Amino acid sequence: MAAVDVTRRFTRRRVLRDELIGLYGVVERNVYLTKRYLLWDLAFLLWTVANTLTIVFIARGVGVGPAARNELETKLLVGGVIWAFLGIIFEIVTETVAWERWEGTIEYTFMAPVSRPVHLIGMGVYAVIYGLVRAALVFAAVVAFIGIHLAHPNYGAAVALLGIASVSFIGVGMMTAVLPLVSPEKGTQLGFVAQGLMLVVSGVYYPVSVLPGWMQWVAKISPATYALRGNREQILHGSGLAWADVWPLLVIGAFSIPIGLAVFKAGERFAKKRGKLKRSG
Amino acid sequence: MVLRDAVLQQAAVSVRDLEKGFTRRKGLTRRRRAALAGVSFEIARGECVAILGQNGSGKSTLVRVLSTLLLADGGQVRVFGNDVFKEARTVRRLVNRVSVEASFFKKMSAAENLSYAARFYGMGPRETREQIPRILERVGFPSSRRGESMESLSRGMQQKVALARALLTSPVLLLLDEPTTGLDPRSKQEVQAFIREIRATNDSTILLCTHDLQEAEQLADRVGLLDRGELLFLEPVEDVKRRYGVDTLEEAFFAATGRSFEDEKTEDDEDREVFA
Repeated sequence: MAAVDVTRRFTRRRVLRDELIGLYGVVERNVYLTKRYLLWDLAFLLWTVANTLTIVFIARGVGVGPAARNELETKLLVGGVIWAFLGIIFEIVTETVAWERWEGTIEYTFMAPVSRPVHLIGMGVYAVIYGLVRAALVFAAVVAFIGIHLAHPNYGAAVALLGIASVSFIGVGMMTAVLPLVSPEKGTQLGFVAQGLMLVVSGVYYPVSVLPGWMQWVAKISPATYALRGNREQILHGSGLAWADVWPLLVIGAFSIPIGLAVFKAGERFAKKRGKLKRSG
Repeated sequence: MVLRDAVLQQAAVSVRDLEKGFTRRKGLTRRRRAALAGVSFEIARGECVAILGQNGSGKSTLVRVLSTLLLADGGQVRVFGNDVFKEARTVRRLVNRVSVEASFFKKMSAAENLSYAARFYGMGPRETREQIPRILERVGFPSSRRGESMESLSRGMQQKVALARALLTSPVLLLLDEPTTGLDPRSKQEVQAFIREIRATNDSTILLCTHDLQEAEQLADRVGLLDRGELLFLEPVEDVKRRYGVDTLEEAFFAATGRSFEDEKTEDDEDREVFA
């Protein structure tokens, strides 16, 4: 038998190659799981469509003319779809730990030689792809069901803006992903609290201007504020990518990813110290 | 050449004064229990060492420290000269493990679970397409069942896939944490036979943690006894028997600890079991 060279050090190119394969592995695993849980996913999609319909139907009871009603329906629909999109990103990234713990694979994944940023970004990449497909299906189903008239929607710009906003969403998701690591019992639920708080201050179904002053200030640092504002303009008026929406998202993204990684790293260290990095917590 | 010889002579595992404790809350009080209390030992390259101990003795804590999943309170742990705390990523490339629970994504198939594990070790789709059927065949897993979900497989079959997962990454240090616990006698024999085959064919150093005295005696070059976080001995089986003047490892356990291997646990032991 040939002796393995344990002193071998990998070149940067080899490390990069291995990290990309690791990232692909995370996305691939999630595709496998989606295929295996397809019926569950379909049921969840139907629930999201029904939930979005309950919001959009509010516009029918407001008692305004057809044009104003159509505009209100579209605004509520964009809010509902972004809520669903953000929910998926938070759910998938936050469950990086919770899902692995539930399946019992957490120790194997965390002892593998892939870097944590690649692991988390892999989860984020899958979440964005899956979330976009799901958001498109919810949007199309509600538009068809209610019969909303969209004059000149700019879908390309809307998807591009959501893509840019996703960088920030993933960064915030990484921060909440640490919660199940630190608190196995309550961590996942706290992640949902963070998602809800972000949307409350971002004007999900109403203009930010109706919020109390301090909430309006918080809205300025929430990426959902700019995604909602931009997407509404793009779907209602066919606007393109507005720099006023893009630059805040780029700035928030540039901060949120490193902060998210640092928070997760600190949480992982805490979990390793306290012995929480195991299947039973 | 000199460097290569030095590496070959270097200990595969070197543990010095390893300490790890856990705090458990009980009502308003907190109890600190030592899972590992100043453990020291070395394992030579290519050696198979068995660590015996009851539940809560600290075996799994030791495996989790070597797997880079736990940070120690004190001491030094090196795997092929690499510090497991400071050079965790280098250590991770060298180590893999099989634990008492098979631990897979239950809805995914054996092949999908193995692909997922392999990607984290830099194995691309082309490589796994060739390697996975080969490795599954080697552990005696029927190739016709590699597309079935893990939840439809027996415990014995799942454990074979767990062995395949560990071997797929060609680890030079293989950590086996009670790999045959809960298996039926036939599956247990198959897994043990495969561990012997790994020793004969791979450049692997093996640390086997078990509470099966017979298994330890059959598979290991040296046997250690971890009791309440302390390593009482680590020697070849015959030396252990000679030291205590006994005929069996069970008698050696009694002589070393003053307790029977099957004795009931104290409250302290139960506290320790939660973590260790």
